[in-house]
Amino acid sequence: MDVEAYIRARKKVRAPLLMTHVVCGYPSFEDNMKELEIMAQYGVDFVELQFPFSEPSADGPLFVKANQESIDHGTRVAQCFEFMARVTERFDFKVLMMGYYNTAFKMGHEAFIKRLKAAGACGYILPDLPIEEAKELHALSEEAGLFPVILMTPTNTDERLEKLGAVAKGMVYAVARKGVTGSKTEMSNEVATFLERCRKHTDLPLGVGFGVSNREDLDFIAANADIAIIGTAALKAWESDREKALDAFFTGLGLTKS
Amino acid sequence: MDLFDFEEGREGYYGQYGGTFLPEILTTTIEEIKHCFRECKNDPGFWAEYEQLLQEYSGRPTPVTHLPNLSRKLGGAQIYVKREDLNHTGSHKINNVIGQGLLTRRLGKTRVIAETGAGQHGFATATMAAKFGFECKIYMGEVDVKRQRPNVFWMENLGAEVVAVQDGQKTLKDAINECLRDWVTNMANTHYVLGTACGPHPFPEMVSYFQSIIGREAKRQIHELAGRAPDRVYACVGGGSNSIGIFQGFMDEDNIDLVGCEAGGMGPGLGRHASRLAYHDASVGVAQGYKTYFLQNDDGNMLETQSIAAGLDYIGINPILAHLWEHKKVRFEAATNDEVREALKLVMATEGLIPALESTHAFVTAIAEAPSMSKDEIILVNMSGRGDKDIFTVADALEDDHWKAFIKNKAGEYGR
Repeated sequence: MDVEAYIRARKKVRAPLLMTHVVCGYPSFEDNMKELEIMAQYGVDFVELQFPFSEPSADGPLFVKANQESIDHGTRVAQCFEFMARVTERFDFKVLMMGYYNTAFKMGHEAFIKRLKAAGACGYILPDLPIEEAKELHALSEEAGLFPVILMTPTNTDERLEKLGAVAKGMVYAVARKGVTGSKTEMSNEVATFLERCRKHTDLPLGVGFGVSNREDLDFIAANADIAIIGTAALKAWESDREKALDAFFTGLGLTKS
Repeated sequence: MDLFDFEEGREGYYGQYGGTFLPEILTTTIEEIKHCFRECKNDPGFWAEYEQLLQEYSGRPTPVTHLPNLSRKLGGAQIYVKREDLNHTGSHKINNVIGQGLLTRRLGKTRVIAETGAGQHGFATATMAAKFGFECKIYMGEVDVKRQRPNVFWMENLGAEVVAVQDGQKTLKDAINECLRDWVTNMANTHYVLGTACGPHPFPEMVSYFQSIIGREAKRQIHELAGRAPDRVYACVGGGSNSIGIFQGFMDEDNIDLVGCEAGGMGPGLGRHASRLAYHDASVGVAQGYKTYFLQNDDGNMLETQSIAAGLDYIGINPILAHLWEHKKVRFEAATNDEVREALKLVMATEGLIPALESTHAFVTAIAEAPSMSKDEIILVNMSGRGDKDIFTVADALEDDHWKAFIKNKAGEYGR
């Protein structure tokens, strides 16, 4: 089933859909698997597996630490692909690779796409790869049936949003505010206006991320977009009290376990 | 050769190096800077104001000095030095900072941020911010804060906030990441004063443009002093701003050997140095907004770097220099920490000059090569900064007992 059909089917079950995030190898691959088990129980629809990078300049403090510690523990790219294959084998949610462009550049575009495909991913998010530099990678993705997640941001002009919309596939990631991952976003009229601007330039499902952390945020996203993207808040919960806190976090979002 | 006459659709590229690789949130900000810089470059009044300001504020033009004692001792080429150490704040960094200060004003922004390694760029930025009336925040790796306290002291007293960056290896590259994080949040009122000719386009071009003042002056001065162009020009290369600055004065002449001197640290081997081109431990990658040679592993994660000079301790290199190196227009050599200590002692003792540890890397290579050149050949070394700031590091390296006693005594006074 292609991703748009998947999203349509899932939307009949709930609103908004949910996309969550783990940093591969942090605190460990075993812990990642436990986090994903809980995410699966709550019916998460998409999961980003972040491949750790030494220079995560678009991430906030918690993810910076997670990237760094994972690399310090010796996490390698090959292990992230192996882990991804195990995850896609085991769970029903769709999996995306998230990371920085150098990971793809260093192994070569073809190898990157081939390995993602083999590991069962449906797409990838490379926030430091602008569309002008992504033509070859996007063409290879299309052939392989993978989609690159394009980011739209509140500082973009309408002209730029139009360009972004023209190359987007699968879904669009709307960045709710300026800044890095992890600090709170006030889901205000300003965000709603921005999402309307995004909507003018794409018909694809809209995911909203950066600072999404509670039920009110989810309700806001349900009313204004399609997918709530939760990153830091879930890792924060895991760090505070592992399974118990992560479970409580999802319950607090008003979700029920299957 | 006009390095900045880009091919259609290849703006910001030097061969295969350079480009702009930034999060989408910065696209509008970068476009704004590109537009503003283009205006400045095409406005003759802008360069005139820039030059005037550096003359009044920083004492430019800095002189070129002949080193007769050192030349005689080595018995080969005549050595001349371009004295960027005589700038206000003690290094070439002020050139770029004054240029970007004028740009910040034109952009209508009121706050500047900067990364710094040795502290020279942070120091220069803090000075500029005080002069222009900008709010200023400097990001500096915790390791560098510890080894360059005198510069931190001045930055803070000039009114800048200095943040000791705790991530990664806690040096220059981590300070750059922290600046990018600040910038994606505060770009509405903030200009990022990048200190070296690295990072996303248009920074390599912009920093090279401002630093070209070194080469423009030096070309004229060496002709006046020595009657002709130099045979070889040496400059240290961390990010690669002082080197591209002086090289631009001599690039149009084919027979001038341009030599970039990198941090050889403890010698070749992964993680032991910060040499991207002279040793063969680096490969092409994309990080911190641009494509160039990086010291990285097979996964594309960056390696640890090592150098006695905080200002050379960087994973990537000016993409323009990577391109020129590939086309054999610039030669690269590395100087080890031990060689730097010896060269510094020699230059101090024979000429009474105190180059910064960074600049001493250029002296190492010049000193090694001068003896095999003839007496009528001419060497020009870019002394990018002065060594006063390194007093703690140098005193340690020289195991100076009088200094140790002084510090103990001072510590005792503070302890009371």
